[in-house]
Amino acid sequence: MTEKILMKGNEAMVHAAIKAGCTFYAGYPITPQNEVPEQMSALMPKAGGIFIQAEAELSAINMIFGASAAGVRCMTSSSSPGIALKQEGISYIAGGELPCVIANVMRGGPGLGNIRASQADYFQSVKGGGHGDYKLIVLAPSTVQEMYDLTMDAFDYADHYRNPVLILADGITGQMVEPVELKDYKPILELPSKSGWILDGCKGREPHVVKTLFLESDDRLTKHNIHLQEKYQRIKDELCLCKEYKTEDAELFIAAYGITARVCKEAVDAARKLGYKVGIIQPVSLWPFPEKIFAKYKGKDFLVVEMSCGQMIEDVKLSLECKGKIHFMGCGGGWYPDTEQIVTKVKEIYGRS
Amino acid sequence: MEEVKTLKGNSMHYCTGCGHTIVHRIIAQLMDEMGLREKAIASAPVGCAVLFYNYFNMDIIECAHGRVPSVMSAIKRVHPDKFVLAYQGDGDLAAIGTTETLHTANRGENITVIFVNNAIYGMTGGQMAPTTLPSQVTTTTPKGRGNNFEGGPLKVCELLSVLDGPAYIERCAVDSAEGLKNTKEAIRKAFQCQLDGKGYSFVEVLSMCPTNWKMDVKSSIGFIDKMKEYFPLGIFKDVRNER
Ligand SMILES: Cc1ncc(C[n+]2csc(CCOP(=O)(O)OP(=O)(O)O)c2C)c(N)n1
Ligand code: SF4
Ligand SMILES: [Mg+2]
Repeated sequence: MTEKILMKGNEAMVHAAIKAGCTFYAGYPITPQNEVPEQMSALMPKAGGIFIQAEAELSAINMIFGASAAGVRCMTSSSSPGIALKQEGISYIAGGELPCVIANVMRGGPGLGNIRASQADYFQSVKGGGHGDYKLIVLAPSTVQEMYDLTMDAFDYADHYRNPVLILADGITGQMVEPVELKDYKPILELPSKSGWILDGCKGREPHVVKTLFLESDDRLTKHNIHLQEKYQRIKDELCLCKEYKTEDAELFIAAYGITARVCKEAVDAARKLGYKVGIIQPVSLWPFPEKIFAKYKGKDFLVVEMSCGQMIEDVKLSLECKGKIHFMGCGGGWYPDTEQIVTKVKEIYGRS
Repeated sequence: MEEVKTLKGNSMHYCTGCGHTIVHRIIAQLMDEMGLREKAIASAPVGCAVLFYNYFNMDIIECAHGRVPSVMSAIKRVHPDKFVLAYQGDGDLAAIGTTETLHTANRGENITVIFVNNAIYGMTGGQMAPTTLPSQVTTTTPKGRGNNFEGGPLKVCELLSVLDGPAYIERCAVDSAEGLKNTKEAIRKAFQCQLDGKGYSFVEVLSMCPTNWKMDVKSSIGFIDKMKEYFPLGIFKDVRNER
């Protein structure tokens, strides 16, 4: 094992991206993710890559549209209000089947909100966000090491499936400092050649066109949609990242992702000392959602904890087919759960049932 | 007509007398003459020219409305040895994409922008453009531009010429044989500017839209004279030799 280095989650994403061969980054400053463009501006040129501070998030995401079409591994990052602005470009990138990595270090909303950590962009991330029927692969890290590992893997998922991948982090995971092992890059998936579609001049081949407009016939766009849905189904069949903690004998299951899952872990240990058999299911891929894992526990009691007013709970309910009692704890606007609050909630649920 | 390799040779969907057809031909002839087709990556903008890739025989990326400059900036940075051509209409370049246009010019990206100014939104059916003339009637300025705080025509060459980034900026018109010749020479200089690595080059072309100006072809050519009163032709910036 190589040595571990202390760094912020945001910095870990930069190191992972560069190690994974990302050679193009464009972004616009916004708290709490400023370390990403700052570190990229220093490290990307050193690695022979390109850094552009765009004039707005809209421009940054369109630079990613261009860079990806030009054939390189590329990344942008922002926080909630900036990610909202990127939605136009994200829809075009998904429609054009261009691989790229986007990081959202979520903060409080709606509107300008605040700069405390939040998980209120779940719906935007997994249900769409931009226009049209498309899906992003959405990965939720809960440690600085996972900020590194998942960012590195994200480039492989993006290239393998020709699909944008979103790292859905939050202000705490982005800002907290933890030891990280800066692992070397080794592809985790087969990486198809890009030579059949990238734009690099048509010398010696037929011209390539990257486009999202389909007017050739009345059903041309329908066919494209069917093709995309088939790809999304394949991703659903193949990709399911989820962690379970003390679920073997659990009576009550906590569902939480990202930083919230970590707080819940402490709460589970504390609750178990008091005799409550609690476990955690922590989705890591938020899309595809680990439905199969949840389905194993259909009919059991659940507590969903989120730093939002209740978004992932809808996918939990769908996966459980609304069987069993499904409780909720959470709020938006920068509310953080703490161990004591969660243990109190667990006691309350036990008292009730 | 002579065979132009850069064009596929199929008939174009543009209306009779449309300036886009002329500008397409000029670009294609120059790309043939300068041997650029095989090293080119061009944009298809949102607007009447969105089907650019149906006519041009080269690598093309269709961009979201107004975002051409950002997309092409990235492509040029990734492939600095390739020829990058941005083609845009007035709504695309000077309304929804003003930010991208200004900042791409200001960064001095080594790309060439061809700006087809027809003072109207062609594709959506004749609404006011940022370059619509004062008093010009459009479907959203029924009493003529200037009666409802619409401002005046946006003069893009003039605006961009005060920036440090651009190397070459010229405005031409395709309303006459001489205009065509001048346009071709301006675009040639702009292309060469990029090939020589001198930085951002920009050619605005005053261009006819008989359909949405609701004119016959002959009158639409006459309307270009009116456009010239607000959009004088000429070179607005040329610092190629200083770089
Ligand atoms: C985000 C967005 N807004 C609006 C439109 C609709 N739209 C399509 S073309 C166009 C205007 C194009 O005008 P211009 O750029 O002048 O091109 P022309 O057709 O005149 O050549 C508009 C508003 C769109 N496609 N996307
Ligand atoms: S509407 Fe105007 S710009 Fe569009 S093709 Fe017709 S003449 Fe050309
Ligand atoms: Mg126009």
